[in-house]
Amino acid sequence: MGTVLRNPKVWIFGLCLLPLLRLIALGLGSGLGANPIEFITRSTGTWTLVGLLATLAVTPLRRFTGRAGLVRYRRMLGLFAFFYACLHVVTYLWLDQFFELAMIAKDIVKRPFITVGFAAFILLIPLAVTSTQAMMRRLGRRWKALHRLVYAIAVLGVIHYVWLVKQDMTQPLIYGAVLAVLLAARLPQGVGIKLTIAGLSSKWKPSQN
Amino acid sequence: MLIRRPSGILPSEITPPEVYRERRRFMQGVGALAAGAVLGSAGDATAGPRLPGVRASAYRLDEERTPYKDVTTYNNFYEFGTGKGDPAENAGSLRTQPWTVTVEGEVLRRGTWDIDTLLKLAPLEERVYRMRCVEGWSMVIPWVGFPLRELIRRAEPTSKAKYVEFVTLYDPAQMPGQRSRVLDWPYVEGLRLDEAMHPLTLLAVGLYGEVLPKQNGAPVRLVVPWKYGFKSAKSIVKIRLVEKQPVSSWVRANPAEYGFYSNVNPHVDHPRWSQAKERRIGEFFKRDTLMFNGYGDQVAQLYRGMDLKRFF
Repeated sequence: MGTVLRNPKVWIFGLCLLPLLRLIALGLGSGLGANPIEFITRSTGTWTLVGLLATLAVTPLRRFTGRAGLVRYRRMLGLFAFFYACLHVVTYLWLDQFFELAMIAKDIVKRPFITVGFAAFILLIPLAVTSTQAMMRRLGRRWKALHRLVYAIAVLGVIHYVWLVKQDMTQPLIYGAVLAVLLAARLPQGVGIKLTIAGLSSKWKPSQN
Repeated sequence: MLIRRPSGILPSEITPPEVYRERRRFMQGVGALAAGAVLGSAGDATAGPRLPGVRASAYRLDEERTPYKDVTTYNNFYEFGTGKGDPAENAGSLRTQPWTVTVEGEVLRRGTWDIDTLLKLAPLEERVYRMRCVEGWSMVIPWVGFPLRELIRRAEPTSKAKYVEFVTLYDPAQMPGQRSRVLDWPYVEGLRLDEAMHPLTLLAVGLYGEVLPKQNGAPVRLVVPWKYGFKSAKSIVKIRLVEKQPVSSWVRANPAEYGFYSNVNPHVDHPRWSQAKERRIGEFFKRDTLMFNGYGDQVAQLYRGMDLKRFF
């Protein structure tokens, strides 16, 4: 037991399950509010984005802390992002649209925010499928190229959020800013810092109206 | 004009709030026991004083009313924040006494009404209306109020009066959401004069027989049941009769997505989402959205010959 609890993976796993446990607890106690399906959709979407950003934070963290071993936790974070993305998509297909395929197809084609969200989800699937050790070995160098898709996925995820919001852009722009920082941190240092600052200042100008 | 009466529920058949709330408290108790937790029932801490002398009216619906708790905790009222729970949480800072409503512009008798006088201007009646939000959800709400035409008629509009503009209170000290520039404050809405004079258009001062809760637009708000909810301006301080079509806050914020008319219309989608269906709060399956929110018999003639895709 002691050795199990000393393994950070166990803690991270538990931590990643909390959003789901919270939803279940709220659901049992009728704490999901007047519009539970909207609540679940929002919550699972939010945690998908958080999971993606956490996954993308691993590499910069390794660089700054010099602890290369952190990479051990990246797969789990990525798979949790995929897990919440699945819940998000299932909530939409099942609870929101009730598997009305014609409506869903129309939504995906006609509604840009759903188009990009759906694209992001589809792109996540091959990454989840090839996340195993065996797949890494089999794909070799191509594995890394394939998994660079995560940058595009995270960008699509933030666009999905920006486009669905009615008017108050504060939340999506916070996610966008964090993503900008995480992506910029991957560039060679000088360029990275400049771009980060430029990105932040352009994002933070009031963009309403 | 013929007002068709939707198949009638007798006023006596409508469950009074005391009874159904007691029922809910009981159910909450059962739920709490079942969960093995002793959760203090929040009860109806927000319930306000009852409005005296409210008459039943012919405007009722054969549809289940949305519970008081949902009507008063799931709100769009950006003056108190953009989250659905923000208004219930933050509206306590609004002072609804003293309160005045000024009627001005193209009228012969400009006037400022004290809220207490306004409440006695016409008999208060209960009207159960559907409320459809532009976001795709809906409620059934028993409002208390009187037709807006009662007030406008007394102001005697001039022949130049073609539109009516409604202005919400602007005071960031009372309305913390106004410190954010999410909309251009104060909130402005507008109707064509004939829409404003339509018998369905209500000036509401209460719901569920009680004084209007602050998060629902106290002390006085507009209710235009065949239009998307944002057309029904809340916490109104000014009503202006004007010659030109007013520019409402949402049209100013995003003219491609929100139009002046904003009639509920399942065939004209919001550019980013479908308006064909809606989720009635408290229901699991979505239901079809009705043309003019189900009030077509009464209001369709207002828009005869108009291209509703253009004038959305």
